[in-house]
Amino acid sequence: MIRPSRSDHRVIGHPQRKIEGLAKSTGRAVYTDDITLPGMLHGKILRSPHPHAEIVSIDTTAAAALEGVHAVITGRDMPVQYGIIPWTPDEYPLCVNRVRYIGDGVAAVAALDEDTANRALGLIDVEYRELPAYLTPQEAAAATTDFIHEPKKPGHNGNVTKRVRLEFGDVDDGLDESELVVEGDYFFEGTTHTPIEPHCAIGLFEGDGKLTVWSATQVPHYLHRELARVLDLEGAKVRVVQPLVGGAFGGKSEPFDLEFCVAKLSMMTGRPVKILYTREEVFYAHRGRHPFHMRYRTGVDGEGKLKAVDAEILLDGGAYASFGLVTTYYAGQLLCAPYALPAYRFDSTRVYTNKPACGPKRGHGSVQPRFAFEVQMDKLAERVGMDPIEFRRLNFIGEDTRTINELRITSNGFLECLEAVERASDWKARFRQLPFGQGLGIAGSTYISGTNYPIYPNDMPQSGVQIQIDRSGRVAVFSGGSEIGQGCDSVVAYIAAEELGVPISHVRVLRGDTDFTPVDLGAYSSRVTFMLGNACIQAARELRAKVQSAVGEAWECPPDRVDLLGGLAVDTADPARSLPIAEAFNLAEARFGTLGATGSYNTPKDVHGEYRGGTIGASPAYSFTAHVAEVRVDVETGIVEVEKIWIAHDCGKALNPVLVEGQMEGSAYMGYAEALMEEQIFKDADHGRAGLHNAPSLLDYRIPTSLDTPAMESFIVESNDPEGPYGAKEAGEGPLHPSIPAIANAIYDAIGVRLDRLPFSPPNVWRRIREAEAGGGLTKPGAPSREVGVAP
Amino acid sequence: MQIAVTVNGRLHERSVEPRRLLCDFLRDDLGLTGTRVGCEHGACGSCTILVDGESARSCLMFAVQADGAELTTVEGLAPDGGLHPLQAAFREAHGLQCGFCTPGILMTMLPFLDENPDPDEAEIRTALSGNLCRCTGYQNIVKAVLIAAGVATNGESSQ
Repeated sequence: MIRPSRSDHRVIGHPQRKIEGLAKSTGRAVYTDDITLPGMLHGKILRSPHPHAEIVSIDTTAAAALEGVHAVITGRDMPVQYGIIPWTPDEYPLCVNRVRYIGDGVAAVAALDEDTANRALGLIDVEYRELPAYLTPQEAAAATTDFIHEPKKPGHNGNVTKRVRLEFGDVDDGLDESELVVEGDYFFEGTTHTPIEPHCAIGLFEGDGKLTVWSATQVPHYLHRELARVLDLEGAKVRVVQPLVGGAFGGKSEPFDLEFCVAKLSMMTGRPVKILYTREEVFYAHRGRHPFHMRYRTGVDGEGKLKAVDAEILLDGGAYASFGLVTTYYAGQLLCAPYALPAYRFDSTRVYTNKPACGPKRGHGSVQPRFAFEVQMDKLAERVGMDPIEFRRLNFIGEDTRTINELRITSNGFLECLEAVERASDWKARFRQLPFGQGLGIAGSTYISGTNYPIYPNDMPQSGVQIQIDRSGRVAVFSGGSEIGQGCDSVVAYIAAEELGVPISHVRVLRGDTDFTPVDLGAYSSRVTFMLGNACIQAARELRAKVQSAVGEAWECPPDRVDLLGGLAVDTADPARSLPIAEAFNLAEARFGTLGATGSYNTPKDVHGEYRGGTIGASPAYSFTAHVAEVRVDVETGIVEVEKIWIAHDCGKALNPVLVEGQMEGSAYMGYAEALMEEQIFKDADHGRAGLHNAPSLLDYRIPTSLDTPAMESFIVESNDPEGPYGAKEAGEGPLHPSIPAIANAIYDAIGVRLDRLPFSPPNVWRRIREAEAGGGLTKPGAPSREVGVAP
Repeated sequence: MQIAVTVNGRLHERSVEPRRLLCDFLRDDLGLTGTRVGCEHGACGSCTILVDGESARSCLMFAVQADGAELTTVEGLAPDGGLHPLQAAFREAHGLQCGFCTPGILMTMLPFLDENPDPDEAEIRTALSGNLCRCTGYQNIVKAVLIAAGVATNGESSQ
């Protein structure tokens, strides 16, 4: 059901420009690497050539003596472990006594220029003692010696970073009672974010003991905390500035070695120091999609209703914990909608391997299981003889309900999403009816609108906004929101303009600086619009009420008769009576004093179960998505062409529909890329240097160009969430999920071959086709044999 | 080495190291930071500028190779401080999200539109295929170019 929405908004819900669009289209936008400070030095980081080794000794004498070198540091200069998750700190800014992947940082240099810094790196002499390297999660899980990290308890395998086993309902009974159980093994290859802007940071330590770090980060607040902790500085003396960020997608959502190194090198030299990653280093920094090895057993009853789901998942974590604790939970926790699961069990294990650490990439931890599960759904629908869209409708969980793992679902527009893509793709006339080689596939998904709890436990708001009104009619919004291209600076401007009646061009968004913005926890988990938006509404409405009150007093009418819109204060009972908004603001300032207000947002606390881990996956609201993909498969070459993706997404309420469509298309594009092209993979001993990144460049790590990218058509579904700002939920990550299984299911519709391993690259697809031919030939699958709920 | 290059209509005579990249010369020596560097090896197209009117990747050229050339960077697209129709179209059609790739795309599309004033979508996609964008899925970029060419109108943004 779709809740009604207010339709009298003047700004919200209408297409608007992005406020920084002008700066970006003229080249005047400032990203971190565009900043040059007087006397600035350039830093470089020496990286390990070994996947796993002990550092026996480091001699930096020759490097330090090189003309133009101002400082050299090693791990021993910052021997404090950190990690984005407070319970799993396991990395140092630079390795202290062990390296864990090819590319792990060992030492850093600050010099007059990059060339000198690079020459100095060549003069650092590191003696290593190589250790056995674990490159696959299976090897790592079976290891008995030379663990990548020290075991937490004696007798434990130090390569296991996290194991989560949770069961809701009785899965064994559910499977026993099922009419049909489909079992499948799936593999999701690792991929990386590949923002076009490489990571960059500048440190400036001043004589008064104040440290400023400019960084291309998604999480200035967490960076602020970790800089203070690792460098042993008072938090009050640390300032993080976040210039515009040139794309992130989760790849800049925790502290990185360069941020600590620029700070430390500036503390040692007294000069500003910049480090800009090379593209190669961006691939080593990674924190991208974990490779997942997954096994699913899914049972349905005679009517096609899901009975039980059993999942076993092995996560290839790379060398460090990163967000891995959360990933290990998300791998299971986020599967419990949009379908009702009467019984569900998952056993999820993350292991360390000697490769760059994996972390959160757009759709953190849930894109991989969603792929497997939606292919399982397709297999089940076929086996019970149902149209796969009908099969999904039959199993819809509903709105205002709880999932089997006790997550609270509020608004839910999934059925409308299914209907939109079904109609737009002409599904009923074409599914299973296109010629051999062409096919349609469906998939659905859900995603969180922000994690319900912050990364470190506290009761403070997740997001805050401060607004100040000037006598000129200008509104200044101090926002800690992290603008990474998604448009959160614009969203607070739209909200301020909506509530205070000023044109958007009279709103200044002052942002990205921990010295003057309230805390927002960062651009991750699709939390920003929901949380920052609610905080901004609160601040703006407090000021709106003051302006209405002051104008009402002057007009001798009740305040609620005063509306603020279009640069005016207007008497709604007598529209001929109005004041320019600046004069209205002046009345309010005369009446109440200087006009400023803060707003904050914190999450509801009763939206999850009370079991251990029950808070992970909890969110104040969930988005829902459905995609239909259309493909064409060349069985001679294994080339899959995705011709079109229809994307329907329930974002609650589109605060700016153009920005929402941009997120939907960008997400579907990224899912398509993972489905067909992308592989963050490493050489084994038979194919070069074991553990070496296969292709750390944009020439070899293939991401889609404008020619590869399919046509996309977006359908916004507005379920008007009761707690979202104006009803809004997330749009930045959810719409990635269904791309991949929808493409897999479309390939099956085209040629009758199941693809359970990513990516669907020509060699992989070609091999599966040859296997299928050897096993009996290729045929188009048959049409669904029955209607909903009719037993065969 | 001594070089003389004209950048956005202004002559610069400078001494540069022979291996100084043209993109670094523009960004660091001339302060024209609108030209962005994404990959350092000619794959992403973010650093695209015009060299004597033709699109070129400034990360694949040394500054000394530009001696005597006329260069145009994104800052020179609309030298009077206004907006070139192409820039206006990108802003209108949401042809950008993070904006990092935008200047390179503008500098690729500019000579393309000069040669193909009436392009269709397929031609635009082909001309655009050397520039990587990671945010948009290209759809709104193609639309922006169509608008700039006058083939399409947007008319959506109200403010």
